Amino acid sequence: MKPTDLFSKEWLIKRILLDTSESLSSEENEMLALLRHDIVEQPVIYIGTSSCGVVAGALKTLDAIKKYLEKHKIETRIVEVGCIGLCSAEPIVDIQLPGKPRLSFSNVMPSDVEILLGDLLHHTVPANNIIGQFRSKLHEPWSNVQFIDEHPFFKYQKRIVLINCGISDPINIEEYIAKGGYRSYLKAITSYTPEKVCQIVDKSGLRGRGGRGFYVGAKWKIAREHSSDQRYLICNCDESDPGAFMNRSVIESDPHLVIEGIAIAAYAIGATKAYIHIRKAYEKAIEQMTIALEQASKYGLTGNNILGSGVNMNIVLRSSAGAYISGEETALIRSIEGKRATPNHKPPFPTQIGLFEKPTVVNNVETLATLPAIFNMGPQWYAEHGTASSKGTKVFSISGRVKNIGLIEIPFGLSLKQVVFDIAGGTKDNKVFKALHLGGPSGFSLPENMLDTVIDFEELEKQGLSIGLGGMVVMDEDTCMVDVARFFIHFMKKESCGKCIPCREGSRRMSDIIDNITRNLSYETSFETLERFKGVMQLEEMAEIIKITSLCGLGKSAPNPILSTLKWFREEYEEHIFDRKCRAGVCQSLRKYYIDADKCTGCTACESKCPTNAIFGTPLNPYYIIEEKCIGCGICYDVCRFSAIFVK
Amino acid sequence: MEIETILEKYTGSQRDNLIPILEEIQEERGFISEEAIVKVSRFLKLPASKIYGVATFYDFFHFERQPAYHIRVCNGINCHLAGSDNILRKLEEELKVKAGQLTRDGIFKYELTGCLGACNSAPVIKINDEFYSGITADDISQIIEECKMKIKEA
Repeated sequence: MKPTDLFSKEWLIKRILLDTSESLSSEENEMLALLRHDIVEQPVIYIGTSSCGVVAGALKTLDAIKKYLEKHKIETRIVEVGCIGLCSAEPIVDIQLPGKPRLSFSNVMPSDVEILLGDLLHHTVPANNIIGQFRSKLHEPWSNVQFIDEHPFFKYQKRIVLINCGISDPINIEEYIAKGGYRSYLKAITSYTPEKVCQIVDKSGLRGRGGRGFYVGAKWKIAREHSSDQRYLICNCDESDPGAFMNRSVIESDPHLVIEGIAIAAYAIGATKAYIHIRKAYEKAIEQMTIALEQASKYGLTGNNILGSGVNMNIVLRSSAGAYISGEETALIRSIEGKRATPNHKPPFPTQIGLFEKPTVVNNVETLATLPAIFNMGPQWYAEHGTASSKGTKVFSISGRVKNIGLIEIPFGLSLKQVVFDIAGGTKDNKVFKALHLGGPSGFSLPENMLDTVIDFEELEKQGLSIGLGGMVVMDEDTCMVDVARFFIHFMKKESCGKCIPCREGSRRMSDIIDNITRNLSYETSFETLERFKGVMQLEEMAEIIKITSLCGLGKSAPNPILSTLKWFREEYEEHIFDRKCRAGVCQSLRKYYIDADKCTGCTACESKCPTNAIFGTPLNPYYIIEEKCIGCGICYDVCRFSAIFVK
Repeated sequence: MEIETILEKYTGSQRDNLIPILEEIQEERGFISEEAIVKVSRFLKLPASKIYGVATFYDFFHFERQPAYHIRVCNGINCHLAGSDNILRKLEEELKVKAGQLTRDGIFKYELTGCLGACNSAPVIKINDEFYSGITADDISQIIEECKMKIKEA
C-alpha cells in the first residue's frame, strides 16, 4: 500500500501544514518517515532521470532495471529523482533496502544492472561503481562503505538550495511536505507581515544570485515603497549561458522549493501574481514545473485565499522562446509582455516601473530557492555561512576538462583553487591546467595564479571580476585561449539583440578581428594584411569602448572574455599574430601537418582524401605534404592508419 | 487543430499572450505560416508586421515546414572544446547543405543551438527529441544512415 492511500491530502494539510502545535502520534510519525523514505517497507530503487541523466542513458538503465525486476518477480518501488550534482557519474542509481541506509552507485549502464541488483538484493555490496552510503540515524550503516558526505565531491559542500536535489522525488508534493516543505511559506503568511518578511531577508544578508549581487531585501523594499495597486514577481530561469545548468537542475530536481520561494517573495512585495520564465529548450524543467504547479494548486497552496489565510497568490508559467538576451531583466519583462526582448534603459528600474508598468521584482531561481531555508532555520543561521560581505552559499556548475563534472553548492569563502582541485578533482588525464573560465560568455578566463582568489562578491569585485551566474569551465593545455575568446565573441555576435550600436557592431567587428588572427594567410593580399594589423591594434581599445557605452549588462560585459584573455594569455595572441602558430593545435587554419617518412608506407589513403591535393608522392614510397597548399583540415591525420602524420 | 480553435481559447486576451499563442500554433501546425500571422494579427488587433517582428526575434519560431529529422548541435563551450566544430563540418559534408538549410530531399536540417546544459557528456547533439552524447565526427555517417533507414521503413 502506498503511504498516501492511508493518510490523505486533508491529513497533511491539517496536521502537518496548519496545526504544528500538537505533537504527532507515533503512527503519524511513522507515516511521515515512510513518506520521507527514512524507512522503507520494500526495496526502493532511485534513478536520476533529469536531463544530465537522460543524456547519459538513464532511461535505458531504467528499462533494464524494470526488465530485471519483472524477470525475477521482485517487488520494489522505483522512484525517479533529479540530479544529485555529480553529473559525470550519471546514470546514478541508488538502492535502499529495508532496515539499511541508502546506497548510491555511479555510471550504472544497462549491462551493470544484473550484477548490481543481483548482489544487492542478496545483501552484498558490489565493489564497483559505488559512490557511498547516505547517513541515517535509524539504521545500522553498511560496513566498509564510505559515507557519501565523505566523498571529495560532496565533502566541502553545504547544501541549502540543493538539499533535496537527486534525493527525493521532485514531483511528489507529499514527500516535500513530509520533509518540512511549505511550512516556511505558511509561517511567513500567517505569522509575519510583509515588512517583517523583508526585514528577515535583510537580516540574513541574502544577495541576488543572478550576477550582480544586489541585496534582496533592499530590492524588495524599493518595490514595496513604490505605491501601486498591483505588483509582480518574476522568477528568472532563462539561463542560457554556455556551460551553466544550475537553474535548470534546481527546477528539474526540486520544483516545489522554487514555488515556495516564489510564494514567499511575492507575499513580501505584495504581489498576487508571479511569473516563472523558463527557457523553452529546458523541456524537462517545464514539464516538472507544470506538474508541481498543478499539485500545489490542488493542495490549495496557490490560488485565492491560501488555506484560509486571505492571501492570494497566482503563479503563471511562461516559456521563453529562445533568445539569450531575455535573461536580462528589462528584456525579460518585454518578452512576457509579448514584445521583442530588447533591454530598456535603466533607470527607471523594474522595481519602479516594470511589467505592465507596475513595480516588478525579478529574482533568480537560486535566490528564491534559498528563501524557505532562511525562514525555516532563521536568518542568523543563514548568515553564519559564508563571509562578512557574502552570506550563505552559492551554487556553481563546474564542467570542462575536470574529473568531476557537475553541480556544487559551497559556502562563500572557499578559494577557486579548492573548487577546481579538491571538489572537481583537478584536470582529467593528468593534463596541465591552463585556465578557469568563470561566469559564461560575459565572464573571465583566469590563469592558475589567480585561483587563490576567494569566492566572495567583494573580493572578486576588487580584482575586477564577477561570479556571473556561476558557471565554471576548466580548460587544460589542449585548449587555445584565442579560440575560447573567439567562441564567446561569436556567441555574443549571434545573441546581440541589435538595439544599441556598440554591442551590435562592436561584437561583429571584434569577431572579425579574432577570425583574422586565426585565419590562414596563404592567399592574403597586402590590403588585407593592413586591415588585419589595424584590427589587432584596435582590439583592446574597442573592447574598452564597448564596455563603457553599451546599453545593457550583456553588452557591457561582452568584451570580458577578450579583455581577460588579453590580460592573462597575451603571449598566445602574440604567437598567433607573429609566429602564425597555435600552441594547442586547435585553430584549424594555423595547423600544419607533416608526414613522418619513416612511418609512411605509401598506402595513398591520405593522398586520395586530401581536398586541396597538397599531398604528393609515389605509391609504396613515403609521401610528403606541400606546406603552402595545406589548409590544416586534418582529414589526412584521421585517415592515416600508421600514425605517420603529425601536427607541428 | 485549426488556428481558429487555438485562438478561441485565448478569447479576450491581450498582447502578453502573443508568444504563448504563437508557441501553440507552432506546436499544432509544425511551423508558423503567413496565414497564421495574419489571423493572429486580426485576433489581437495588432499589425501583422509587429507579430512577424516578434516571431522572428526568437530562435524557437520557424516559418517553413520542418524536416523529419531536425539535428541540433549544442553550441555550449564544453561541446565546442570537445570538438563540435568537427561534427558540424562532417554534417555539412554528409548532408551537403549549410547549417540552417533543408537538405534537397527535405528530410534533414541541422543547426547550432544554445547550450543544452548536458555538459557531462559533451559533445551532444539532439535529433528531434533524442540525445546523442559523447559522439565524434565518425559517428555522424552512421547516425544519418540510421535515420534514413527509419524513413525508408516508414
